[in-house]
Amino acid sequence: MTFLGLPTAPPGVGHLRAPEPFPAAARQALADSQLRGNLRRATATIRAKRARVVGELPDWEELRAAGEEIKTATMARLDSYLEQLEEQVAARGGTVHWARDATEANAIVAGLVRDAGATEVVKVKSLATDEIGLNEALAAQGIAAYETDLAELIVQLGDDWPSHILVPAIHRNRAEIREIFLREMPDADPGLTDDPPALAEAARLHLRRKFLSARVGISGANFAIAETGTLCVVESEGNGRMCLTLPETLITVMGIEKVIPTWADLGVFLQLLPRSSTGERMNPYTSMWTGVTPGDGPRQFHLVLLDNGRTAALADATGRAALHCIRCSACLNVCPVYERVGGHAYGSVYPGPIGAVLSPQLTGVESNPTLPYASSLCGACYDVCPVKIDIPSILVELRARHVEEARHDHRVPRPEAITMAAAAWVMASGGRYQAAQRAARAGRALGRGGRIRRLPPPLAAWTSARDAPVPPAMSFRQWWRQEHQNRVDDKGGRA
Amino acid sequence: MRIALFVTCLADTLFPDVGKATVTLLERLGHEVDFPEAQTCCGQMHVNTGYQRDALPLVRRYVEVFERGYDAIVMPSGSCAGSVRHQHAMVARRCGDELLARRAEAVARRTYELSELLTDVLGVEDVGAYYPHRVTYHPTCHSLRVLRVGDRPLRLLRQVAGLELVELPDADVCCGFGGTFAVKNADTSTAMLADKMRNVLGTRAEVCTAGDSSCLMHIGGGLSRLRTGIRTVHLAEILAATRSGGVG
Repeated sequence: MTFLGLPTAPPGVGHLRAPEPFPAAARQALADSQLRGNLRRATATIRAKRARVVGELPDWEELRAAGEEIKTATMARLDSYLEQLEEQVAARGGTVHWARDATEANAIVAGLVRDAGATEVVKVKSLATDEIGLNEALAAQGIAAYETDLAELIVQLGDDWPSHILVPAIHRNRAEIREIFLREMPDADPGLTDDPPALAEAARLHLRRKFLSARVGISGANFAIAETGTLCVVESEGNGRMCLTLPETLITVMGIEKVIPTWADLGVFLQLLPRSSTGERMNPYTSMWTGVTPGDGPRQFHLVLLDNGRTAALADATGRAALHCIRCSACLNVCPVYERVGGHAYGSVYPGPIGAVLSPQLTGVESNPTLPYASSLCGACYDVCPVKIDIPSILVELRARHVEEARHDHRVPRPEAITMAAAAWVMASGGRYQAAQRAARAGRALGRGGRIRRLPPPLAAWTSARDAPVPPAMSFRQWWRQEHQNRVDDKGGRA
Repeated sequence: MRIALFVTCLADTLFPDVGKATVTLLERLGHEVDFPEAQTCCGQMHVNTGYQRDALPLVRRYVEVFERGYDAIVMPSGSCAGSVRHQHAMVARRCGDELLARRAEAVARRTYELSELLTDVLGVEDVGAYYPHRVTYHPTCHSLRVLRVGDRPLRLLRQVAGLELVELPDADVCCGFGGTFAVKNADTSTAMLADKMRNVLGTRAEVCTAGDSSCLMHIGGGLSRLRTGIRTVHLAEILAATRSGGVG
């Protein structure tokens, strides 16, 4: 298979695939009432904060449109912006590395850490490095990676996975966090309480020692500005800035879709991102660096540009909009599915609505087949997206692609395909449709007291928690014919 | 005005009273309503489950049945109207039929959900209805976020004599139906339904109404299983009701 004569880009590898189907993972998550309570409280709080600060801006819709436009234009010429970025970074003393997938990226980073003579690294919160499983890859080479974002630290110490893009430990409450700290931090005060300031202080003392001793820092990037080769990380805690400025060597792993053309473009995104993500007008720390600066900050800077399925996603006209994502997580916080099942059910570092469209595109739909269906298509995600990614339409497109691929791969159609084809065949003819309605009325035999309490498969799942209506004695069209016999004209009557 | 009714396959087969109410209401307002019997289904279930190729004949059928002879096409469903307006041309294009896509776009421009037709095209908010009950309104996702009907249904309900309208908390959150989502992801759907029902029960309303029979079937199925006694009634049925009865 080729696209425009080019070889097909490789699929992404790493933490992008669900180990089990979404419905099964969701069922387990739904049974955890602690998790549901935590998620309900946390998402409701962030939703309200976001709504308040977005409401303050009279030009919010224009900003969203500008964000969408910049991303669309950038993706159309991504290759040239990436080359410009590489030139600029190199001209300012940095080194650029290209990684086709997670395996290549991990090997590059491990090699750079070894070259720096380090066995420990400190990390800025980064989804890209979670995506490629960098910490495990480094551990396999005898290199210890320490997460320094408070929530990432909680997740790492708890031997756990992030469940939210912005709030990785959203599934944990403070009692659980205290327990993790006491168990996993050798330097924690045994009298530690679950008071948030006390927990933050324990983490601060623990991390300070790491900041001062680490010789290599590893980060992701929120944006990379092609015109000057400048990288940008936004954060709330300041721990990121410690990692970006204290170590001698800084390694940044960045998905290729993060590049933006100019500083003027950055201005748009710095207005959109904090309001959409933390519900703040401006995030507390915005760090920017360009190559290396003698006498100030890291002596060596390496930028690893990661593809890992992105070029493949870019080839799809509808789906490529998922690459516009600026990782604000507003779509997670408004999603009724995410709010109930949490991030782990999505089985990828990218959970929620954006994960349901991004993960299958990075890996190929065939190896993530249940995620495109993990949505009721309610559309709340599209309304809050700061760059107007039409997530419901991409979900529908991915479902179509999944069905087409399944049709192509299976010589015997799946039961669902047979049902859908039969329904379409029935609906495409007035006569067959009416015959089917008569058959549905046979379902009246199942009814008791005006309701059906148990349906046969494949609709049995419906009646696990809901009654089904008993088909009426007469369909609408039978009533119409009876009432309007004199008025049925030839045109309407050809069924 | 000559109005064609697209009753929707769901209302035709399971909720005929919704179709009857739509006819009663529009005729009471002095309009001629026709029901072209060749109509079947908008194809949304196929599209949203990934079967776009199977939906193509349904798109063609909708276009052929409704493209001539009517000033407007109305349907008592925000979801089906959303499918006609936002999916039909897309399906035709995906299947490589540009001509059908253009015809679909032309028909879609004259296709309205009931509250849109009443307020935007017919210019009425007080339809002369009488419904002496405590009612709460669930704005279905596709009415709200695909069609953007906004407060049109509420404006219509506020004019209904005898009706006490109570606000539904978290009204804009999905009830968990989502077509085949309710079957493919039954557990998640049920969890969403549980929260919707808790909010409906909290209003102490007698009736929960909406502009979509599908969502009402979902919410109503849950309320019935729990024997709550709260009924689900389509917006069209409330607007068609008068002091002398009125529906059907």
